[in-house]
Amino acid sequence: MSAPEKQETLQERREFLKAGAVVAGAGLASGVLVFGAAHSRPPEQAASAERRWGMLIDTNQCGDGCNDCVNACNTENGLDGKTGPQDSQWIRKLNIKDLRNGRVHELPMLCQHCEHAPCVDVCPTGASMKRADGIVLVDRHICIGCRYCMMACPYKARSFVHEPLTEQNPEVPRGKGCVESCTFCVQRVDRDEQPACVEACNAKGHQAMLFGDLLDPESALSKALKSQASTEVRADLGLNTGVRYQGI
Amino acid sequence: MAKLADWLRLVVLAGVAAVLAVPSFQAAAGVGLPKLERGKGEKCVEDTQFMRRNHMELLKHQRDDTMRKGIRTTKHSLKGCVECHAGSQSGSVAAGKDDFCMACHVYTGTRLDCWDCHATKPGRKPARVADPGQAAASPQMPSPKNGGGQ
Repeated sequence: MSAPEKQETLQERREFLKAGAVVAGAGLASGVLVFGAAHSRPPEQAASAERRWGMLIDTNQCGDGCNDCVNACNTENGLDGKTGPQDSQWIRKLNIKDLRNGRVHELPMLCQHCEHAPCVDVCPTGASMKRADGIVLVDRHICIGCRYCMMACPYKARSFVHEPLTEQNPEVPRGKGCVESCTFCVQRVDRDEQPACVEACNAKGHQAMLFGDLLDPESALSKALKSQASTEVRADLGLNTGVRYQGI
Repeated sequence: MAKLADWLRLVVLAGVAAVLAVPSFQAAAGVGLPKLERGKGEKCVEDTQFMRRNHMELLKHQRDDTMRKGIRTTKHSLKGCVECHAGSQSGSVAAGKDDFCMACHVYTGTRLDCWDCHATKPGRKPARVADPGQAAASPQMPSPKNGGGQ
């Protein structure tokens, strides 16, 4: 689809949405259509900057010793779940203790999908990239494995694959010699599902992770961020992270 | 005497030429064209002759579209190739030298990197812990609990 055509389609969809909003109350069918049009992106359409995917993690809800998000991530993305210095971890549980008062709690740490991502800044080949909808990814086709991005990331969110891999999941190609990190389960997001960690957390009933569109004022995520205090980890760096935390 | 020496030289040269030529004759006789298993589908996404020459261009174009823009059309996706062309014996496109990709790439002596990262077999890993049948809510669909935070 050429650019003007795409523009036209977008315009048509906007018109449709406006029309849908007017008649939304008229009947169930129009309501369903509006929902469908607003929430799914057809496969031939590129990710657009009209959305920015983000996450809110409520550390108070995060279960003590619960590792479900990590396990779900490993399964979805084909990681082996080992935690040695040379093993890949896309999401990991951290235990934090305030030494002054002894308060201990846990939180999951993953790629923060920064707006101004240091990993993207330092990449010499352009492999480390931010997709239009804010998801930070590594293009393994042009990653040379220099690992500058790993040094640049303040969150230690990236891993390097040291050994040859086999039996990857078809949707998540991974291989030796490339850096990798959380993708917000981009393959799931593109078909309108939530990341595996969020789904697992909700399935466990903790509801500690909320995923959604930061730019849509009507999304549950935006509403939560509007109504409650949240923090970025290392907010002093001014990276405008896509992942926010509560309770830390 | 001179005539005999010329004649001998000719014989020796002919012999050397024959010895040198033998391996190439053997090669020409010994290596047949690669035999490819038919894909599962009715026909390929493009004309066969076109695919033979241009499959790499299509894959490269698709890879950048999908990876960098999130365009996930399936017509020229590598996953689609694997689903159709995985061998009936190995279940893979690149496990052995007779499998679909390797047959030609071994014949032409070209190494391909695709399978360092991409799965050579269709379908997910069997050891799947999470429940795939569980219906996923839309990312933006608020539930009463997560809509209000804690």
